[in-house]
Amino acid sequence: MRMDLIQPFVSAADSVLGQLLEGPTVVGNPSMEEETYRRKGVAALIGFQGDIEGRIIFDLEPRTACSIAGRLAGSEPPETADDSLVAETLCELANMIIGNAVTLLNDRGFHFRVQPPEVHTDPEGMKSSYDTEAVVMSFDTPAGCVYLNIAMRYNRRRKAEREPALSA
Amino acid sequence: MEQFTALSVSKENRPVRYLVVDDSVFARRNLARMVESFGGVMAGEAGDGFTAITEYNRTLPDIVLMDITMPQMEGIEAVERIVRQHPDARIVMVSSVGYQENILAALQKGARHFVQKPVRPDVLYEIVRYVLNDDGVLVGSGAGGGQKQGVPS
Repeated sequence: MRMDLIQPFVSAADSVLGQLLEGPTVVGNPSMEEETYRRKGVAALIGFQGDIEGRIIFDLEPRTACSIAGRLAGSEPPETADDSLVAETLCELANMIIGNAVTLLNDRGFHFRVQPPEVHTDPEGMKSSYDTEAVVMSFDTPAGCVYLNIAMRYNRRRKAEREPALSA
Repeated sequence: MEQFTALSVSKENRPVRYLVVDDSVFARRNLARMVESFGGVMAGEAGDGFTAITEYNRTLPDIVLMDITMPQMEGIEAVERIVRQHPDARIVMVSSVGYQENILAALQKGARHFVQKPVRPDVLYEIVRYVLNDDGVLVGSGAGGGQKQGVPS
């Protein structure tokens, strides 16, 4: 796994969570995920294709998800994670983190398209493989722990295909 | 949420009317809260580019806050179509994806400014003030954070 591709997502998550939750975030040590992913609670999945291909699962324990949804809406936390506010908050938060990371990567010359976030309800995610192993990052925030499960690969062929066209 | 010096349209001395376009209900709700803290009113809202065009024609807002990545029709195409029909339209792009190509494309199609999500209310306030001031339509009322503009006699 290329850490230069992972780092923009870590920086973006750190920055976005810190700004929105108005407190410091502590980034935990990364761990490698080699088995099929099992979500911890409420999760949003965002896929992307292009020079880099893969997916990110933005995953929160239900209590954390409710707490974050309440904080960002400026209201009391929803009683359960099934509340539509939780899903909306989660998708928009994931959208902001991925969007900021994509911005950093795009300005470094990586081009790809990001799919809209979707709430991930399956207990299992995509299985890791030799070229798309997953890294799990944790972010300790004032509202609780947030997990980012990142599985991606650098698509050499696609980038090589595009380069002659650009130089023509 | 922090309150800002209310912005109003100088000719009619009325609150600024906003059209908020974003496919996320959560984002629209957040922007609506900011609009309220700026002393503005929501003229309308839309969740995609097609609806944005319809809502623009129906409400003729003073300013539009437009997301980029949306289903059916993306924000940049919506900007192009709105500005083609209404060359004076004031549209500020509000998106989490802020890379140079996107910003340039939006500006080339007629957007006036760009704000990256997560949106800081003070940043958006200054940009709205700048865009409206640029067209000479704005007057700030009261005292406080925003710079007071000349009040028409």
